[in-house]
Order: sequence, then C-alpha cells, then structure tokens
Amino acid sequence: MQVRGLSKTFLLHQQHGVVLEVLRALDFDLMPGECLVLQGRSGAGKSTLLRTLYGNYLPAGGSIRLRHEGAMLEMADAEPRQILAVRRGTLGYVSQFLRVIPRVGCLNVVMEPALARGVSREQARGDAALLLARLGIPERLWPLAPSTFSGGEQQRVNIARSFMVDWPVMLLDEPTASLDAANRDVVLELVGQAKARGSALIAISHDEATRGAMADRYLNITVEEPAHAD
Amino acid sequence: MKALLTARGLTRLHGPGKGCQNVSFDLYPGEVLGIVGESGSGKSTLLNVLSGRVMPDRGSVSYCDAQGRVVGLHDASEAFRRTLLRTEWGYVEQNPRDGLRMGVSAGANIGERLMAQGVRHYGRLRQAGLDWLAQVEIDPQRIDDLPRTFSGGMQQRLQIARNLVSRPRLLFMDEPTGGLDVSVQAHLLDLLRNLVRDLQLAVVIVTHDLAVARLLADRLMVMRHSRVVEAGLTDQILDDPQHAYSQLLVSSVLQP
Repeated sequence: MQVRGLSKTFLLHQQHGVVLEVLRALDFDLMPGECLVLQGRSGAGKSTLLRTLYGNYLPAGGSIRLRHEGAMLEMADAEPRQILAVRRGTLGYVSQFLRVIPRVGCLNVVMEPALARGVSREQARGDAALLLARLGIPERLWPLAPSTFSGGEQQRVNIARSFMVDWPVMLLDEPTASLDAANRDVVLELVGQAKARGSALIAISHDEATRGAMADRYLNITVEEPAHAD
Repeated sequence: MKALLTARGLTRLHGPGKGCQNVSFDLYPGEVLGIVGESGSGKSTLLNVLSGRVMPDRGSVSYCDAQGRVVGLHDASEAFRRTLLRTEWGYVEQNPRDGLRMGVSAGANIGERLMAQGVRHYGRLRQAGLDWLAQVEIDPQRIDDLPRTFSGGMQQRLQIARNLVSRPRLLFMDEPTGGLDVSVQAHLLDLLRNLVRDLQLAVVIVTHDLAVARLLADRLMVMRHSRVVEAGLTDQILDDPQHAYSQLLVSSVLQP
C-alpha cells in the first residue's frame, strides 16, 4: 500500500459548517509481511486513518494506492464496486465492535467472509468452528445470535470472522481491547501467522505490550490543534 | 464486466420538484443499489421509471439481457417490458397483496412464472412450489393454502419466492420490509441477503429505513426533492455523508 498526501477533513453542515481537519498530508508505504502500528493520543485521528484507508470515510485529498489482484488500484476515486471487490479479496478490517444482523447465529456471522469469496458452506463451517474454539467461544453459543453475548465474546466473534480468510492487507482497530490475557495471546498468534503468510498490517492498540508484540514500525499521527477545540 | 442496467438523464416530473430529475447510474450484475430519502423525494417514481412501468419525460434506461443484447427499455414494446418483468426481472411490491394473487394457493402463486415460461408438468410445478416455500422458510405443508391465511411476513416471503422462482437477474423492491413487525423484518433481511449472494442477483431497492439500506445495499443514492444529492458506497454515505441533506438524514435517525 502506498499513501501520498492523504488528508481528511469533516465539514459539519448541521453544526454551523464547522470544519475539522483530522489528517493532513500523510505519506507512508506498507510492505508485505510488516506491521505498522499507529501512535498518537486519543483523538489524534488513528481510527479516522484506518476508516479512510478502508473507504469508509471519503479522503479530502491525496492518494491511497493498493495492490489488488496484481495491479495497483487508486482507492481514493474508485467505484463502489471496486472498493467492495477490494474488501472481499484484499483488504480486511477488524473493528472494535461487531455489527451484525439481528437473529443471525454466531457461526453464520463468522462464516460470512468465506461464503462471500465463494468457499463452500461445509468448508466455511469447519474453519469457523476451529476459530471459535480457538478463541474460547463455547459450542453451545454457536447457534445463538451474538447480540446477546458479552462485549468480550462479541469481540472474539468479530476476530474469528476477520481471520476466516487470508487478507493481503489488514487494518486492526484495537483488536484486543476487551480481551483477557489468554485471548489476547490467541489474537497475537493469529496476527503473527497472518504476517508470516505475507499479510501487511496497520494496527492501533492502547496496550503497550500488544503494540510491542505486533509492531515492525511505528507511524506517528499528530493532532491538528484547531481541529480539537472541544 | 458489462452493466446490467444503465440509466442516463432520467427525468419524470408530475409537478415542480415532484418525481425524479436527471438521474444517471450503472448497475452491475450482483450489485445492490439502495435509493433512500424521505417520503415524496421521488424514490418510487424513479423505481417505476427504471422498471419500465412508467415512461420518462426525458432520458433513457438500457438493459443488457441474458443473451448479452442491450435493449432501450422505453423504445421497446409494452409487451416486451411486461415479458421482462415476468422473466428476467422481478418486482417486489411494498404491500404483498399488490404482488400476490390472493385468490389462488401459495403453490399456484409460485408456479405462475414457470407456467408463463412454458413449464406445464404438474409434478415439476409442485416441486418448485415446495422447494421455494422451504427456501423462504414457509412450512411446505401450507402449499395449498390461500395467501390471505398467511401473516404479513409470510405473505412478503411468498411474494419474494414468487418473484425468484424464475431465477431473475434483476429485482426491484419498493420498501419490502415497510409494513412488517421489527422481528419479522430482521428475518426477511437475512433471507434477502443470502438469496442475493447465492443467486448473484442485482437489486434496486427503495427504502426510507437507513438500517435496512446498510444491511442490504452495496451503494446508495440519496434523493431529495426529485434529485440525487449524493451517491456512493453505502457505509461511506452513512458514516461520512458529504452533502448537507445526507448529513441531516443520517443524524436524524434515533440510535436504539
């Protein structure tokens, strides 16, 4: 991934047209098999950067080029269907929170990224079962909808879902935030395996030990002072 | 990949700011396009023009059919458009009573499109009815019952089965979860998502419910006063809306 001059501003029409400048002229490269950890205090724009890279936020300027199916694709002005293809096959995103359809069972939630790539139901079910077991989600919960699970359980379901398929590039936003030490180690193992397979990672973590365990390099995100008048 | 449906400069007005104006987009196979906006913004008019039920004042819609031929929808004959809507297309009405034949059995509702396509074998029609009832999670034993004995959610699922039995390539939906209880909505949404993925359906769905749009649509068009004010990837429009009206729309939704 190659990022050049990336900026992100928010223009809040409903709040007297306030302009928030969050990211300004960011440059970096990300190579296969390395993990870049974002540093900066709360509100500096670390999550905003991940969301912008994922196409969830619209960049205000600059370029995000990503190797997708062998060619470099400019994400900043890509069509929705190109971004969706990138998200199916190349770019994974692990958020802190699980967003699911009510009443869809945990096992089905986890299987979905594999099914979206055309993996058979049988194979997807097997892989999902392995991941859920590894992350300590008891089998009796698998048929149940995760909306009733605890925060930590939901996060582990989310992690299982994210590691169902191999992603050439992964964005991790606090993947271990509400996990106990044992589960955090499982996540770090999964991250290590992904790196060994050649995945490139960009991660945010508040936990010093987790950052140290993942990072090959650090990128400092600094706050644009006027943007944080609140 | 070739676009399935192409709209250019589509305009149909029945009053100043009432209807749709200058709408252009390309829809590709397997893509789900959501049209959102408040009541009276022109969503349903646009759907009617796109599906060929209403003629536009200006602009064009072209469709690439199963044989790869590109047809100008509004240049073609009325009979051609009707045939499309029964074969390669489907149209799911907001009110299932408008999309179902209430006087005939569930099985006959499902079999109708197949019969129109020349399937005459009773056993095959019956089997298709049983299979599709199961697909939309209605007890196949209800195959001989009239739709009016079904609940609203079941009627809506029956309407979907009736449309999908002919394996359409493109489905139009007008507020498909509009009249349903919330618990039934979730179930229907999950069903639709799976069908869209498994059948590689292209869908144009009109909804005023942004949560429904987020779950089903790949991309959105936000309409206001007959015009598209913003278009793009669904989660980008909902999480980082650019236009003042989209920002108002998104920020006005109560978060449960």
